[in-house]
Parts: sequence; structure tokens; C-alpha cells
Amino acid sequence: MKILISTIAALLTIVVTTSAQAFCGFYVARADTSLFNRASQVVLVRDENRTVITMANDFEGEVADFAVVVPVPTMIEREQINVGDRAIVQHLDAYTSPRLVEYHDPDPCLRYDRMEMSQDSAALPSTGAAMKRAARSQGVTIEASYTVGEYDILILSASQSDGLIRWLNDNGYRIPRGAKRVVDSYLKQDMRFFVAKVNLEEQSKLGYQYLRPLQVAYESNKFMLPIRLGTLNARGKQELYVYALTRTGRVETTNYRTVKLPTNTEVPEFVQGEFADFYRAMFDKQTRAENERAVFLEYAWDMAWCDPCAADPLSAKELRQLGVFWVGGNGKQVSKIAPAQNVFVTRLHVRYDREHFPEDLVFQETGDRQNYQGRYVIRHPWKGETSCDATQYQASVRDRQQREAQQLANLTGWDIDDIRAKIQFAGGERPLPKKEPWWKRLWG
Amino acid sequence: MKAISRQLDRLKDPRYYQIGVLTSLVCFGVGALDFGIHWQNALTIVATALAVQFLGTLYAQLPRFDPLSPLITALSLTLLLRTDEVALAAAAAAIAIGSKFLVRFRGKHVFNPANMALVTLMLATDQAWVSSGQWGSAAIGAFTLACLGFLVLTRARRAETTIAFLLIYASLLFGRAAWLGDPLAIPLHQMQNGALLIFAFFMISDPKTTPNSAAGRVLFAAVVATIAFVIQFIYYEPNGPILALIVSAPTVPLIDMLMRGRIYQWARPDARAENQIKGVY
Repeated sequence: MKILISTIAALLTIVVTTSAQAFCGFYVARADTSLFNRASQVVLVRDENRTVITMANDFEGEVADFAVVVPVPTMIEREQINVGDRAIVQHLDAYTSPRLVEYHDPDPCLRYDRMEMSQDSAALPSTGAAMKRAARSQGVTIEASYTVGEYDILILSASQSDGLIRWLNDNGYRIPRGAKRVVDSYLKQDMRFFVAKVNLEEQSKLGYQYLRPLQVAYESNKFMLPIRLGTLNARGKQELYVYALTRTGRVETTNYRTVKLPTNTEVPEFVQGEFADFYRAMFDKQTRAENERAVFLEYAWDMAWCDPCAADPLSAKELRQLGVFWVGGNGKQVSKIAPAQNVFVTRLHVRYDREHFPEDLVFQETGDRQNYQGRYVIRHPWKGETSCDATQYQASVRDRQQREAQQLANLTGWDIDDIRAKIQFAGGERPLPKKEPWWKRLWG
Repeated sequence: MKAISRQLDRLKDPRYYQIGVLTSLVCFGVGALDFGIHWQNALTIVATALAVQFLGTLYAQLPRFDPLSPLITALSLTLLLRTDEVALAAAAAAIAIGSKFLVRFRGKHVFNPANMALVTLMLATDQAWVSSGQWGSAAIGAFTLACLGFLVLTRARRAETTIAFLLIYASLLFGRAAWLGDPLAIPLHQMQNGALLIFAFFMISDPKTTPNSAAGRVLFAAVVATIAFVIQFIYYEPNGPILALIVSAPTVPLIDMLMRGRIYQWARPDARAENQIKGVY
């Protein structure tokens, strides 16, 4: 996607809020994008052939060192570029995050029905005229140059990749080795290059302490994300989140398998304290199970509501700012019970490298409007006083805890004995583990 | 003895093998791979296809009800068509089999039934789509073997269309990669597509909707492969092969007029003589 290196350490932000009653459980915590290192987030608004792309990054180095090079399918005019609001992308992240929910067992003695249910060091650009002359001499055409917000943006086309790569390197965009073939391929497919650096003067005037997301609107049949340049950095696997906002339904990749992560699984109570570890381990295991070649679905939902909510749905105003051009921009807040506002959100999570993802991601919009969410459930046993004999209840809780331990081991690949050691079994009795057949661990 | 040999004769019909492969794929897809195939849709499509074939048999006054062809169409549809609406799944099966009886030219139906249904639904509603990327590499490997086995078993009779289509489409993809300077991994990845294989082995291969002469079939495959490539890689629209087949279908009567050949009969000695009078369904 971009030659952009982010050196942020993973911050494990588990957000715990006061819970509100909901049919699908009380919301406890979410696994948002800050769980993973070097995560890029892209919001893709798509309807017919109109696309608005918002690129957010977790870059936290010197802003003078920030640069981004993105292949785009068409010429981009000044009005097609915007600098967005980082908070809205964070809100979208929170709203679509996989979530942990909890239920409390009722008093077993009462009877009522329970409800279930590449950047790189970039020098400041030289003066405009001199830059254009130098560009022309290398076969590079600067089709446009804009300053938008804190960014200096150029739209480049070129007759040959050699000149373009030399020009980019001369101008402080450090292009990784091996980029020639990829750049060549994009140029032959008639793509332009959108390159941006931070204009330090504008940035200090605006006073932002972080980089705001760049937004580009264009019309093209290509519904894809170019990831090939990003795979050239020999920095191992990269995490990418794609939030697709569409009118009709769920978005999936047409050239890679899109897989739903296991969901609605009951896990032991202690997962509440280690939800981040749990989610990372589960994602690792699922990635390996798909031979590291799949794109994972983490959320697919009508934007009008959620249950349980990890965050409120985005307002019409926020959606409009993300580029959802078909919703009214009158700034009216959308309430949780408002009818569908014709925006369907899909959250895809992909861990990619060159070996397993040789080709750019190509998407299609489907007619599928079935809601899906990554939802993991903990059930707290009744811990209050009981006025009757609770032996039977406690035995049933222990059975459930055994089952939860096994499910957690299946999801994450964690050792079942370690898991059992962390569980506080009901009644203080640790049930004996089921006797394993002698061959179970014979070959590991 | 005679009865047994007649039964064995029947098994020479390649459609039994096709049905076997497609059925195991559907089971694998529903059970193991999470293809997004709803079993309700699968049942609805099969039941509707058989019912419409039965009605069509009465309408066209055919001597006997033949369940094999509608079954293959229904299974291909089940594998390719995705929808959350059972009614649309039923509509797809009805359009597919209905078109066989209603859209005819010179004793042959013009459009491939499953193809006709897919394109009609994709154009008419936004509730139907084809998930071409939902096959893991393991599934594709197994599927390729099964398809190749099919070629061996039938000694590649009438398989020119499939082979020519795959070869021409592959050479276009590899040619494009060579021109762009892309690594081989990219065209190889593009060929490893489950929907492409189903299309090549079970849709374009249909002898009833392809030209009668071998040379004509190769020419037809070349037309479909080229149009598919243009749709997919020049206009960047998904489902290139499926759209290309429907666009190319009207060229079949034209090719038949230019290159003479024999109308295909499924290997079924007892039904052959009678069916020929009425044309082939």
C-alpha cells in the first residue's frame, strides 16, 4: 500500500466502560487496531465506480521523515484531496472492533428465564520550477502539485520507472530496492503516483501533534488496494485494516479467500484481563490455519446500529467526512435506534507479505447484508449467597468451565493445563482433567 | 447379462462423473470450507431445476425425463451463485432450465443454462453475486486433480473447449505478466481460482451450447477467453469469464453455419434415437 514504516510500540489499550444492558451481552472490552504493530488503516468508500480512500497511519517518528507513495488509477485534481480527521478513523476502529462481552449467572435458587440468545528521511522539496525541470529531464511529469493541510502532494506520471525512481530518490523519497519492476508494472497499467510529504511550515501553523489521514476521491472501475510496493520492505509481515463503507452489502476480496474469524465462543473469565493476548493468539492461529493467505472478516454490519456496541455508530456527519457521499451532510446525530441509513460497514484484517500475497488486493461488493461481529463471551458464575442446595448448579458451572477451557485452547493454541490452572472452578473444586489417551501427546 | 452391460454403458456418460465431482465439491464447500453456500439454497436450486426440467419435458413433449443435465446445472449454480434470498436461488434455477426450453435456435439452446441464470440475476438485482476468491489453495489443488481425472476418464472427448479456453486464457495472463514485468507468482495466483476452474470444466465445456465441430469449439473458446481477459484486465470488472460466455453465445450458431459438425448426443444408446427427433435438451 505505501512505503511507510511506523515504529510505534504496540499499546495494549483495553477500554473498559461502564456496561449497559444489551441483548447480546454486556460489552466489556475490544480488540482494536492498536493491538498490532505497524498497522495501516484504510477506509474505502465505494459505490458504483466512485471511490473515496482515507489512509491513516500510526507513524510516530519525526514528521520531517514521513513520506508516502501511493499508486492511484487516475489523475487527481486539488479538490479530490482532503486531509481528514484522525478521530473519525479511530471511532470507526472502535465501532468495528472484535469485542468481549459478559453475562452474569443469576442466583441459581431463583427461577426465571434467562435471556440468551517508506517512508523515510525526506528532505524538503526544492523550489517548484527547478523541481519540474529536473523531473522532465528524467522523463517524469509532475502532473500537479498541491499543498493540502500539512501535506505537500505531487501527482506524478512517468514514461519509465528508472527516471521516476531516480527522481523520487533525489527528492528524498527513499524507494526500496526491487521497486523498479513494481513501479514499471503500475506505470504500464496507466497508474499515476500520489506522493506526499509533510510541509513543516504548514504543520507548525496548524499545530497538530500527529499526522492527519490523507483522503483522495476518484472514479475508477478498479476496486483494489495496491499493496505490492509495501511488500518490498524486507521488514516481515505487515498488518492492514480495511474498512469498506458501501451501500449494498459486505465487501470481500476476489483474488484471496475472505474468512470469517471464529465468533460467539464462550471463553473463561480470566480472558477479561488478557483480552489483547487472547485476540493476538487467536489471530495468529487462524492466520496459520489458512496458510497465511487469507483476508479475515472482523465485522460486517449495518451502520445504523450495533449490539453490543463497542462504540456508538458513526453519525451521518462523520460518515460524510469519510467520504460517504450518499448520506446527507446536515450534521444530524444518528441515534442507536434510528433506521438503517444505507451504509454497510465491512472490516477486513490482513497480515501480508510478498510471498503469500503476490498480487494487489482486489475487492467486490456483495449483496450480503447479514450481520457478523467478532464476539467472545464470558459467563460469571453466581457468587452471592444461595438459599438452597447449589451442588447441582456448581457441577454444571464446572462442566461449563471445562468446556470454556477447551474452547480457548482450540482458538488460541494455548496449553490446556495452563488455562485450567488459571480458572477458578466453581465451589473451589478443581475437576480432574479428562484422562487423555496415551497417544495424544506422543508426537506433540 | 444384457441388463448389466446396458447399465455399464450408461456409466460411460461423462455426466455421472461430473455429478460426482460437483456433489463432493458442494459437500466440501458447505461442510468444511465455509464457502458461504447455504444448504437451503443448495436444496432449493436442485429441487427447482428438476421440477422445471420435468415441466419442460412435458411442454416439449420429450420421450423421457432426463435428470442428469439439470443436476449438473443445479450443482454448478450452487457452487457459483451466492445470495441470502432463497427465492433468488429458486429463480436462478428456473431461469437456467427454463432458458433451455425457451431460447432455442436450429434445434439447440443458445445460452448455457447456469451462465444465463447467473448473469440475469447479477444484472437484475444486487442481491446475487459470485464469490470467486473463496477457495483455499488446498481445495483448488484437489479440485484441479478431479477435473484432470475427468479429462483422462472421458479420454478428452469434446474437451477441446475446456483445454483451449484454459490454454488461451493462461497465455493471455502470462503474456500480460511478461509485458508488465510482473513475477510469475502473479499469473499463477490468478489461475488458481476456483470459479475459473468450475467455469472451464463445467460451464464452457457444455457440448450442447458450443459449436458442433472441433475447430469451431476451439475458435469459440478463443473468443470467450479473449473477451474474458478484456473484461477482467482492461475494464477491471469482476467475473470476466462468466460475462464473456454470455456475450459470445450468439456466435455459436454463426460458427456452426461456417463450420459443419455433428450435434452432440450424451452417451445413452436407449434415448438417443428418440431424442434426436425433437432436438436436444
